[in-house]
Amino acid sequence: MQKNAYFTGLTVPLLLLLPQLAITVVFFYWPASQAVWQSFLLQDAFGTSTEFVWFENYQALFSDPGYLKAFINTAIFSSFVCVLSLSIALLFAVMADRQIRGAEVYKTLLIWPYAVAPAVAGVLWLFMFDPSLGMLARGLSTMGIAWNPRLNGNDAMLLVILAATWKQISYNFLFFLAGLQSIPKSVIEAAVIDGARPMRRFWTIIFPLLSPTTFFLLVVNIVYVFFDTFGIIDTITGGGPSGATETLVYKVFSDGKGGSNLGGSAAQSVILLIMVIGMTAVQFRFIERKVNY
Amino acid sequence: MTVKSRILMSVAAFALAGAAPAVAQTEIQWWHALTGANNDVVVKLAEDFNASQKDYKVVPAYKGSYPDALNAGIAAFRAGTAPHILQVFEVGTGTMMSAKGAVKPVFELMKDAGETFDPKAYLPAITGYYSTAKGDMLSMPFNSSSMVMWYNKDAFKKAGLNPEAPPKTWPEVFEAAKKLKASGFEKCGFSNAWATWANIEQFGAWHNVSLSTKANGLDGFDAVLNFNSPAFLKHWTNLVDLQKQGVYDYSGRTNGGEGRFTSGECPIFLTSSGFFGNVKANAKFDWANAPMPYYPDVQGAPQNSIIGGASLWVMGGKKPDEYKGVAKFFTFLSNVDRQVKLHTESGYLPITKAAYEKVKASGFYKDKPYLETPILELNNKEPTENSRGLRYGSLVQIRDIWSEELEAALNGQKTPKAALDAAVERGNQMLRQFERTASR
Repeated sequence: MQKNAYFTGLTVPLLLLLPQLAITVVFFYWPASQAVWQSFLLQDAFGTSTEFVWFENYQALFSDPGYLKAFINTAIFSSFVCVLSLSIALLFAVMADRQIRGAEVYKTLLIWPYAVAPAVAGVLWLFMFDPSLGMLARGLSTMGIAWNPRLNGNDAMLLVILAATWKQISYNFLFFLAGLQSIPKSVIEAAVIDGARPMRRFWTIIFPLLSPTTFFLLVVNIVYVFFDTFGIIDTITGGGPSGATETLVYKVFSDGKGGSNLGGSAAQSVILLIMVIGMTAVQFRFIERKVNY
Repeated sequence: MTVKSRILMSVAAFALAGAAPAVAQTEIQWWHALTGANNDVVVKLAEDFNASQKDYKVVPAYKGSYPDALNAGIAAFRAGTAPHILQVFEVGTGTMMSAKGAVKPVFELMKDAGETFDPKAYLPAITGYYSTAKGDMLSMPFNSSSMVMWYNKDAFKKAGLNPEAPPKTWPEVFEAAKKLKASGFEKCGFSNAWATWANIEQFGAWHNVSLSTKANGLDGFDAVLNFNSPAFLKHWTNLVDLQKQGVYDYSGRTNGGEGRFTSGECPIFLTSSGFFGNVKANAKFDWANAPMPYYPDVQGAPQNSIIGGASLWVMGGKKPDEYKGVAKFFTFLSNVDRQVKLHTESGYLPITKAAYEKVKASGFYKDKPYLETPILELNNKEPTENSRGLRYGSLVQIRDIWSEELEAALNGQKTPKAALDAAVERGNQMLRQFERTASR
């Protein structure tokens, strides 16, 4: 006897899928296809004259040294932010997972920065580290440390990395903590009885069992640094000094919005889209194999 | 009377009440980018105009910063919902001008509406920026300012400098800044806001040195930048050297660094004359301003300064009756007494000659000479090809490129010469791309 219920015909499944498909098409595929179309056009700001130019916007991008620099900046910025925010969040989560007094308060406080909007986070860090206004910047200068993110590209990059990392730690912390709490206590207790020390327990049991969480966070963090950080960069450095903190997504924003160069900006976002699709595919293809579910 | 009919009655009454003014009054949307006290000025102007007549109602709306307001206007035009009046900062002038069909030139508007309009009544240093090469006014100047040198009189006394005789030339400024540094202003002897406005745009006009061919772009979009010339190189080289010595300290691309003057950190600071309100409210020391410094060995310097600020553009595709209202509003704005009041209360420059003469005759500038400094700079000499203003498409982006190159010179990544050459070359690439979209 057939036990599984199933539908004959396509009407009902299609109807059930329709809301989800409609949302995906209207909010994802439609704008994305608009960007692709726009990237082949050369248009004035008001849209009164339009010319189809094939790949000229792309050619212009790759002959622009600033664009190559944005790639390098993005690589530096994203690897630092991902590694720092993941490792610091993991450290905090492991600490918070132990039996300590006031753990609830500690956990709640750590989650707060996630609620801060990127632009606001940028302003907060700017207030601390602006060479004229910032309290911490003044502290640095009294200690004799040269600090000038207005002109020094490394200082500016460090500042945006710190702000972007700080903002993402909370999110990673939450997921790591949940991941740690779902590891069966019995496995760890068995290891304790076998005489494994805390460090060894962490690397041979906890870390591998956390790998699904870590993998998920890696994907989410890469999407975060690639797309969600332009508010931080805009408020802290505006891409400066001399383009030292101009990342790919910030360039999309500043060329398109500030410069009204819609074609060039659309071409950049198409490239960015392809890059992130590629990176996510690579992650799922190769890194996911090492994940223990 | 039943409940139902009562509801119907009240609905009808409401509809009538709502409809009545809409029939009699034509609404004029005015999008602007002013905050704080300046926003109050805008609202007050609209209220006064609305109270002065019954046919039109000006409705101001704040749309964010200058670039935000421009983008909002552009996006609204693309969607067919543009306002009647859009306030655009001077940097957006090229973009607005090239948008044929998207804007209605002011001289045409006034002619069509039959308003009396004499372009010669306005200060030429201001209207020149917003007019065609033939002198046809394209947009209505609204809030104009120029660049001046603000200085801290108390700091001058402390450093043994005469606060009543501020430095006039760049070499004098460098000397004064070195003395100020020695007297305790360790980080910053002098600085400026608006990096490229100060060190490229105003510098070129004040020294009568060209930024590009075609009268700095006023005569056509085929202008070619050429400011990698000796005067600029000399100035940039000096700034780079003094940045290394800690006498000059860069303060960023916008006016975000202006607080360094009011907090007392930088005793000499070049920025907009519109900084006045902020200085008055926040500086806890004796202050004054003076004209921008110049290099005495550059022939013809000082020439005249150029304006900054914003003007009001009339968007295209509106009804004739609405245009008539806009024209009436512009006539209202240009009224002598209204200009006098705007100038003396807000610190904006007066836009008509009559208003300036009236304020001058009243002796107002004797007590407040700092409000006259920018006007004296603008009127210093008859403007030349190099000092009428500048008009480039994509200037927002070009300014970013120029700032990038200036920063690269100041932080030692490039020599001043290499940075200037790159600023010119990369700027020209942008101009050529804009020329293609604008000339079709």
